[in-house]
Amino acid sequence: MAAYGLGATNRRLTGHGSAPGFRFTLYAIVSIVVMVLDQRGGWLNEARFLLQAAAYPLQLAVSSPSAAWAWIKESTQTREALRAENERLRQRVSELALRALNYEGLARENSQLRGLSHALPPIADRWLIGEIVNVELTTLRQRLLINRGTTNGVFEGQAVLDDWGLLGQTIHTGPWSTEVILVTDPEHAVPVQIERTGLRTIAVGAGNEGTLALPYLPANADVKVGDLLVTSGLGGVFPAGYPVARVAEVHRDAVQPLAQVRAVPLARIDRDREVALVWFNDERTKNPDIQPQPTPPHPPAPATAAPPVSTAAPEAPAKATAAPAATEAPKGKAKAAPAPKAPPKPAPQDEAEDAVK
Amino acid sequence: MNARMREPRGRLILTILLALFLSVVPLPAWADLVRPAFLVLTVLYWSIAAPRAGGIALGWIAGLALDIFQGAVLGQHALALSLVTYIAVREHQKIRSKPVFQQSLIVMAELFIYQFIVFAIDGWTGHTLYGPLHWLQILTSALIWPIAAALLGRSHAPR
Repeated sequence: MAAYGLGATNRRLTGHGSAPGFRFTLYAIVSIVVMVLDQRGGWLNEARFLLQAAAYPLQLAVSSPSAAWAWIKESTQTREALRAENERLRQRVSELALRALNYEGLARENSQLRGLSHALPPIADRWLIGEIVNVELTTLRQRLLINRGTTNGVFEGQAVLDDWGLLGQTIHTGPWSTEVILVTDPEHAVPVQIERTGLRTIAVGAGNEGTLALPYLPANADVKVGDLLVTSGLGGVFPAGYPVARVAEVHRDAVQPLAQVRAVPLARIDRDREVALVWFNDERTKNPDIQPQPTPPHPPAPATAAPPVSTAAPEAPAKATAAPAATEAPKGKAKAAPAPKAPPKPAPQDEAEDAVK
Repeated sequence: MNARMREPRGRLILTILLALFLSVVPLPAWADLVRPAFLVLTVLYWSIAAPRAGGIALGWIAGLALDIFQGAVLGQHALALSLVTYIAVREHQKIRSKPVFQQSLIVMAELFIYQFIVFAIDGWTGHTLYGPLHWLQILTSALIWPIAAALLGRSHAPR
């Protein structure tokens, strides 16, 4: 490039035959080509897959200090603490068992009312527990690394839950590890529905505060503090009816056309050690070693059956196709996963327009 | 620090892996903001002290590793790091002869270029843009350079 004199001295010094300027140009071109290929259409999925596999040992090493700390904390717990925890867990199990009974009754009633006892697909066919290997909770990136990969049947764009609510979705898969983008990541958006009213909108991660923002709600939208947000099932990544977050703050400004709404995720992102990966159908399981277990058929949450408020007519077909889209997910979703924001984007604009009318 | 001595490849790989570890080990949010760019510092050190051992390839590979670990667009850190490595390799004699304080300033300038490219690519690929606080790590990296250079110098040239 520039400075031929310097280039000549360096040729002698670096001794690899070509000047550093030339080699830098080469590397720069390779970098740019790689970036373009990776960004457009994900042509480097294979390479990324291999690299992720190669990186896994070091990622395990990186997580070892915190894992060791957790182990020490756990093994030095007192008998009383363990007993208390045991008691708490027992209570929770009985509470959940009761609730499950309740659900089954509701599901039967619901299907009878709709006359569709076999037409409704179960929400989650299978699930697989994954352990969190590494947590990255910074201002701009809220990601997890879990110890399950494609050998366990994990695919890109798969829903990830914990016991309390929706956690996120898988974004990059390796053979033994998977990166999960959390709902609070600023690059993540999840199509949700306000449980009380059925109003659909998009919840976008707010990053460092560990909260979600609902940036597309008009100022006159019916939303209150304490409202539960559930997945709407649009976009095909997440099944409908899973709890996501609870509205914590609603701010309406007379001059601004949109309300500023914050919601706190129900999933205990900072306390989880295990997460559940969810399948909608059986095709994706490949490895006999660690297989997802079948779950009992899950009835749709009663609240989502309420008719949507404003945009019932145009949205109805979309709702009907949501389930087949979900079952089709393994191939179609791999494309959509790197840009989780992409599919839900059009919806909020529609809604905002409707509200203006 | 002698160009004629045997290339310290083993030490180089070891220290690069250690720096990668330090760069990606999870830290609380405030510590993450001021975490020095250990990997960039180490790559810069080796390109100045032993430009023949790693060269630009070292910068590129280290950058690619960072891309994988941070889930960034493949090639983002690779491009930025290979550029600063190129500058360091080309000017290694000049940089090497400067006192440590001036080296710190040069490192700061290099990190500025590095961060600028990383942020620019983030913007271009539609990722979230970094806040102004994220320039802080340039400062902390420059502050830690004398210590890092001394430690790394010890590691391969015990005197």
